Amino acid sequence: MDTADTRTGPSPLPLPAAAPRGGLHRFANPGRFLRLSGQVLPWLTAAAVLVLGIGLPWGLFFSPPDWQQGETVRILYVHVPMAWLAMGGYAGLALGSVLSLIWRHPLADLACRELSPVGALATALCLATGSLWGKPMWGTWWVWDARLTSVLVLFFLWLGHAALVRAFDDTERGARMGAILALIGAVNVPIVKFSVDWWNTLHQPASVTRLGAPGLHVDILYPLLTCGLGFTLAFAALVLARTRAAVMERRIRALQLAAARRAEAP
Amino acid sequence: MRAWGALLARELRLALRHPADSLAAVLFFVLVAALFPFGIGPVPEALARLAPGALLASALLAALLPLDRLFGADAEDGTLDQLLLSGIGAAAVALAKAVAHWLVTGLPLLVATPIAGAMLNLAQEAWPAAMAALGLATGFLSLLGTAGAALTLGARRGGVLLPLLVLPLAIPAVIFGAAGIEAAAAGLEARPYLLLLGALLAAALPLAPLAAGAALRVE
Repeated sequence: MDTADTRTGPSPLPLPAAAPRGGLHRFANPGRFLRLSGQVLPWLTAAAVLVLGIGLPWGLFFSPPDWQQGETVRILYVHVPMAWLAMGGYAGLALGSVLSLIWRHPLADLACRELSPVGALATALCLATGSLWGKPMWGTWWVWDARLTSVLVLFFLWLGHAALVRAFDDTERGARMGAILALIGAVNVPIVKFSVDWWNTLHQPASVTRLGAPGLHVDILYPLLTCGLGFTLAFAALVLARTRAAVMERRIRALQLAAARRAEAP
Repeated sequence: MRAWGALLARELRLALRHPADSLAAVLFFVLVAALFPFGIGPVPEALARLAPGALLASALLAALLPLDRLFGADAEDGTLDQLLLSGIGAAAVALAKAVAHWLVTGLPLLVATPIAGAMLNLAQEAWPAAMAALGLATGFLSLLGTAGAALTLGARRGGVLLPLLVLPLAIPAVIFGAAGIEAAAAGLEARPYLLLLGALLAAALPLAPLAAGAALRVE
């Protein structure tokens, strides 16, 4: 497998000169990444479609309505997985940023760059579905509930990262800055969460009953877990596809630059 | 340490030679605070209810103003590279910038706090607490903002991006600061809230310059 690298053509990404052979470093080679992810991506996409094809109809049509909330409880099957992805995705972003800062993996840079719009989308969907759910249940589109507020702050962090990474003409500089910002955010998220919890209990004590307290019945829990797995697979497939596209985009740009340089030379 | 002191002195001297920048921030603070009564009407009770949050929000917005040029001029004429080569460390450079920013922008805001507080009908007992809360909160923002300014250095639309990055992270300071002023206005103890604000400041004091220094060192 190691000899196959040369077949993928000249690599436009700067490779670490003496990359260690073992561990994660094996995947830092863009050529190998493209080949491997090209094999994984169809399976990942198919798995996402399959699991969502089972989970969504199960949750939206065949699971029982809630005894209190009726049919509106079905928003849960989109809302909760999006909330998981919004938070888990940010943990992934922080991890990728550590990889990018310490080992300077160009692939980690690209993955972080392509992760943040998808993460922002998941967070936006979480907020939007929550708002749609809040209208019939709480009688309002928005309350300054502690959880809602922290998810809103998380949304701003995602957007800030996506905007900062793209704000530099030098993409590598943008990636470094984004990585540092993601780590600042990762330190700050618990502080924001704590202060918002505390602010909320100060201002409006437990005015909103939450679903979490009584625990979920298996009739709701199993489709929810299925949907959660399906959306996670779809999230991973989206990020992988975007990262592949970004690698290829860079490769095309490097080839065009090389061609232009050749044309200029006498 | 001497070099660090010299750097701080240089920043302060530069600010003293252009006092209009500090005055503009103070004026902006008072103006934003004066906008709130127009928005919600001149009823004294409503204003007093809103005063703590309005003070905090106005002060943070005013302190954000000079941040986008914090490193800009130095980066353009090469001074920043010299500072980074001077041997005092990128984090120390960032800390000096943050301290200077607070002394030049945060401190003058404290002087204007009673004016803005009076306009917003804030109870006079709460003025000392308001000044303490604004002092700590602007200190926290100076540190965060220095990191934000270092991150957006050389970015397109950096001036627009900076508040987008910094303000969400400053929410805890708004919460604790406003709660402290509110408690003082209600005749309660403001100390626990101010201590929490102080804890935020103490946590940001080493971490924010480190992050800013890491961003400054990115070539």
